[in-house]
Amino acid sequence: MKKENAIQVENLTKMFGDFTAVNNIFFQVGKGEVFGFLGANGAGKTTAMKMLIGILKPTSGSAQVAGFDVKSSAEDVKKSIGYMSQRFSLYNDLTIKENITFFGGIYGLKKSAIKEKTQILIDELGLHDEANKLVGSLPLGWKQKVAFSVSLLHNPQIIFLDEPTGGVDPITRRQFWEMIYREANNGKTIFVTTHYMDEAEYCDRVSIMVEGKIEALDTPKNLKAKYKVDSMNKVFLKLARNIE
Amino acid sequence: MGISVKNISKSYDKAKALENISFEVKPGELFGLIGPDGAGKTTLFRILTTLLIQDEGQATVAGYDVVKDYKSIRNHVGYMPGRFSLYQDLTVEENLNFFATIFGTTIEENYDLIKDIYVQIEPFKDRRAGKLSGGMKQKLALSCALIHKPKVLFLDEPTTGVDPVSRKEFWDMLKRLQQKNITILVSTPYMDEAAFCDRIALITAGKILQIDTPTSIISYFPKQIYKVKTSNTYKLIQDLRVFPETHSAYPFGEYLHFTSNSANFKEEDLVTFLTTKNHIDIEVLKTEPTIEDTFMELSI
Repeated sequence: MKKENAIQVENLTKMFGDFTAVNNIFFQVGKGEVFGFLGANGAGKTTAMKMLIGILKPTSGSAQVAGFDVKSSAEDVKKSIGYMSQRFSLYNDLTIKENITFFGGIYGLKKSAIKEKTQILIDELGLHDEANKLVGSLPLGWKQKVAFSVSLLHNPQIIFLDEPTGGVDPITRRQFWEMIYREANNGKTIFVTTHYMDEAEYCDRVSIMVEGKIEALDTPKNLKAKYKVDSMNKVFLKLARNIE
Repeated sequence: MGISVKNISKSYDKAKALENISFEVKPGELFGLIGPDGAGKTTLFRILTTLLIQDEGQATVAGYDVVKDYKSIRNHVGYMPGRFSLYQDLTVEENLNFFATIFGTTIEENYDLIKDIYVQIEPFKDRRAGKLSGGMKQKLALSCALIHKPKVLFLDEPTTGVDPVSRKEFWDMLKRLQQKNITILVSTPYMDEAAFCDRIALITAGKILQIDTPTSIISYFPKQIYKVKTSNTYKLIQDLRVFPETHSAYPFGEYLHFTSNSANFKEEDLVTFLTTKNHIDIEVLKTEPTIEDTFMELSI
């Protein structure tokens, strides 16, 4: 059975002046897959991700996300995806409830739907006591869990997570990954970047970007076998700068 | 002449950032504060570098009291804050020169100390700091923190958001600095980096959980750990949650780490349970705890 692709990238390239930030990359992400997008700082991950979420125009090549072309249908792409990052996720000066209402409104949900979703979300996360507290007063880990739930409000098919767990405590980091697993199990496609190499092991497949190109793409198991090492950390060290 | 912290507490309004923290860093030691966001690491750094006054307790750095002798401390410590805090509109060389001048020294006088690090960014010395890559900013910030030859170096999360390769390079740099007789206090949320330190303090929610060498700290883990794997990780987590003998079950790389609440636990019991839950390719093996396992167990 051929798996349907959620993301299809062909010859995607982005130049800034003479500098090639993303150099002719090629990959597919299957529906329901947890796809880890790894690379050193400056390897071109963020540039590639910006093109995939429809906020940066490719110089050449093409990318289909949720069936829409990122060049010609960027607005449709944005409606079909969820996005959260370490840097920007929620408004610190609004409460959890207000954030949900705000983002629900942005995503075009009806008032009744927002009300219903707010209740479900707060129940699921067990945040009844915190629902009316400012997001800025929450520990980072909780904030990121709420942000992840908010990125799902409009029922997107694909969720892009840009270093969602940076600095988060180890227990919450794992709870976060359980949320990722749950959504993948529900058929959502997850596209995630991380600097925690143990998290790379949780992905179905992983790509490693080096200087604008994808140098490796496979399951963690196959990558470890190919480079004859016992952890993704060692795979990364070998590939990203040829360090033994 | 390292660092001595005795019963330090600090609150912001009602929130307790640090609660009765005590530890000693020996001269020449590379000491790691390991803990997540919100643990109180930055508050502690700010107290030790005299930028914030504690509510209670005492601390000395290089023999100087952080409150009484704050001026002396400022001359003898280097501080690299978590957020990039150099002048973005000055060039690499101008920034370094600026910090050298402020401390009444010159780049030439202490070049030997920073040479190792600075040569890597010297080709870009005429570039504005704001235009540097993350890795280069980090090297410049470290050079600036070292230019006055401090006795004690404070590094607040120098590797956060940095990729694993650059992180390893950074720790190699710290190891070389340590050879030059500098006491180093460094914080990180990456538990695996604890292995690079001489001793570590695990810190969370304003409290220290444990202090010891990285190899000894795992001895505080009270149970036998098993690594468990089946063909369906998500289902495995769910099923382990309802297994009556589960004490903890967390994903750790390609395996789950499992501990039992029963003294008579046998691997076969878990294999049998998972078989009844229709798991295939079941692996249950004894394994050693990591620092992260220990942190999690102690912080529950």
